[in-house]
Amino acid sequence: MVTVRTDQTPRTDRTAPGEETARTARGEGTAPAGGGAAPSPPAGNSADHAIVIRGLTKRFRGGQVAVDRLDLAVPRGSVFGFLGPNGSGKTTTIRMLLGLVAPTAGDWELLGTPMPGGIGAVLPRVGALVEGPAFYPYLSGEANLRRYDAADPAADPRTAASRIGLALERVGLTAAARKRYRAYSLGMRQRLAIAAALLGPRELLILDEPTNGLDPQGTREVRSLVAEVASGGTTVFVSSHLLAEIEQMCTHVGVMRAGRLVAEGPVAELRAGEEARVRVETPDPAAAAAVLAGLGLTEVRTGAAEAGAALGALPPERVTAALVAGGVAVRGLAVHRPSLEDVFVGLTGEGFDVDG
Amino acid sequence: MSTADAAVDPAVGTAAGAVPETAEAGPGAGTGTGAGTGAGTGPAAGTRAGALAGITEGPARRPGAVRAWSRLLVSETGLIFRRPRNIAMLAVLALVPVLLGAALRLFGGPDEGEAGGGGAIFAQIAGNGLFLTFAALALLVQLMLPVAVAVVAGDGIAGEAGGGTLRYLLTAPAGRTRLLTVKYAGAVLFSLAAVALVALSALLTGLALFPAGPITLLSGTTIPFAEGVLRIGVVVLYATAGMAALAAVSLALSTLTEVAVGAIAATVVLVIAAQVVSAIPQLSGLQPYLLTHWWSGFDGVLRDPVATAEMGQGLLVFAAYTAIFGSVAWARFTGRDVTA
Repeated sequence: MVTVRTDQTPRTDRTAPGEETARTARGEGTAPAGGGAAPSPPAGNSADHAIVIRGLTKRFRGGQVAVDRLDLAVPRGSVFGFLGPNGSGKTTTIRMLLGLVAPTAGDWELLGTPMPGGIGAVLPRVGALVEGPAFYPYLSGEANLRRYDAADPAADPRTAASRIGLALERVGLTAAARKRYRAYSLGMRQRLAIAAALLGPRELLILDEPTNGLDPQGTREVRSLVAEVASGGTTVFVSSHLLAEIEQMCTHVGVMRAGRLVAEGPVAELRAGEEARVRVETPDPAAAAAVLAGLGLTEVRTGAAEAGAALGALPPERVTAALVAGGVAVRGLAVHRPSLEDVFVGLTGEGFDVDG
Repeated sequence: MSTADAAVDPAVGTAAGAVPETAEAGPGAGTGTGAGTGAGTGPAAGTRAGALAGITEGPARRPGAVRAWSRLLVSETGLIFRRPRNIAMLAVLALVPVLLGAALRLFGGPDEGEAGGGGAIFAQIAGNGLFLTFAALALLVQLMLPVAVAVVAGDGIAGEAGGGTLRYLLTAPAGRTRLLTVKYAGAVLFSLAAVALVALSALLTGLALFPAGPITLLSGTTIPFAEGVLRIGVVVLYATAGMAALAAVSLALSTLTEVAVGAIAATVVLVIAAQVVSAIPQLSGLQPYLLTHWWSGFDGVLRDPVATAEMGQGLLVFAAYTAIFGSVAWARFTGRDVTA
């Protein structure tokens, strides 16, 4: 189910402050909103959700509200894209999830355990990459991973060496394992951070901008790594401001804007919200437009050497057949399905950049 | 130079290696004594319980927690003693007694009367090499050792925050109380290593450059050489307790900032300010409350029987400082947002 929120609807049924109200408000606010027999709605229970957030709010001391009554549910096993412009509250949300920043209001669960009480028990099963890599420059990559492994009380020191070796191998850093972190390139640093998130068997991976600083090759490797981890049943929560990246990696998506969630749902359904268009290249646009209109298509437009229309539910081959039958010279025919970018620009405004 | 290097290198190894066994003695004894009385500082009694709870919470829960705590401590000490900056500081600290001994040997002359200007301890060095250890500790404990300890303890939380590694330690999850107690234990171990290294370097230099043998104490009685070495051990533990109290102050400052240099500088400024205050005769009433006043209060071991009164007072002050600033650090660190 896709829930698209405008600024008006959620505000009205969430006027009362406090955690209890926030919790019930989420049920009212989201469950009835979208129709259809889609999989579990975001209001679902904690057993089949890796992350459940209810009414989470962070107001910093200066009075700035970074996250504003956020409700979010991440289904287990999904690759959830957490999307939004820079400064929309993604990183603050992730910091709150991991217990680094205390929320002003609201509560959340990780892997079915209420937080922040369960942090010590749950975080060993959660791998995290928060706001870029951070390591000790005078230690080697391997020694850096050993340091973080030592900080995890649930990690077994006897298996540390093999787990570290495996993590380094998965991100392709085995050859550089003994090099000092200081000498690592930006891409290698990012890979090491991902290796740190993969040190143990994880049920949930929280990756904040995992492809920052990576070259196209590295980006592709991260994508396949995420797919590989997800295929093992691990839920992946990945934030990004890059739409294409999310579109290629994720099964579900949530869109933040100015501290609020403006849309969430499976990628395919979000995309289905925008209609596909058919575009015909022809020396005779008027004739083509007439055929398209004759098929009952709407939004028929003509250009210099082309004609187009909203495809709706009509199979493209019917359009081809009709054009040929109508004697229209066809040079090319394309079906344009909208990318997530088209969807999100509609949700967050044209400037998918820093929110002022 | 070659003799200096030779003295430094094995000394580093020995000090670091000896650390885990003897570590608990210094601060442990200090805190234990302190719990009995609230002498000296009023607010100590109220906050002490909190600090102790914080300090013992990590290791005391269950055996697994002890193992996890020790593993993080091993990692922490590895970080401290492998860090080039800290190794350099230890090397410089070890070099000072060598230079001091050499200077006294070259310019002090064999005549005790000439060396008498430098205080009672300095006058004795020419007569017995063991006194070089007391002299070196008395000299270094005023500023150089505190600076070294402030660098390590002040870096504790602020350095991790500034480098961004704090967020990864906490999401590992290291646990805030556990991380703080490990950081403090690491700083205490570094203090012990630094003090022991100075003592060892001075002892070897003293033996190499000056006569050894039975020692004539300040009170006139003579004790065997071995007992003299034992008393040096007492001084090392006492000085470590003093540095451990400073480490608590520095660690508390470290939880207030993300800039390690800020915490380090603030600690050093506080040390110097305290020493300025204690140099003003009109403010002598404040002296018993100043940490710096008690650091060199180990003259008592050079008397027979050992004069324990001043050292006992000193340990109480160290314990009070540790408790107060330990509580501050704990309260601040467990409640703070980590945004770096």
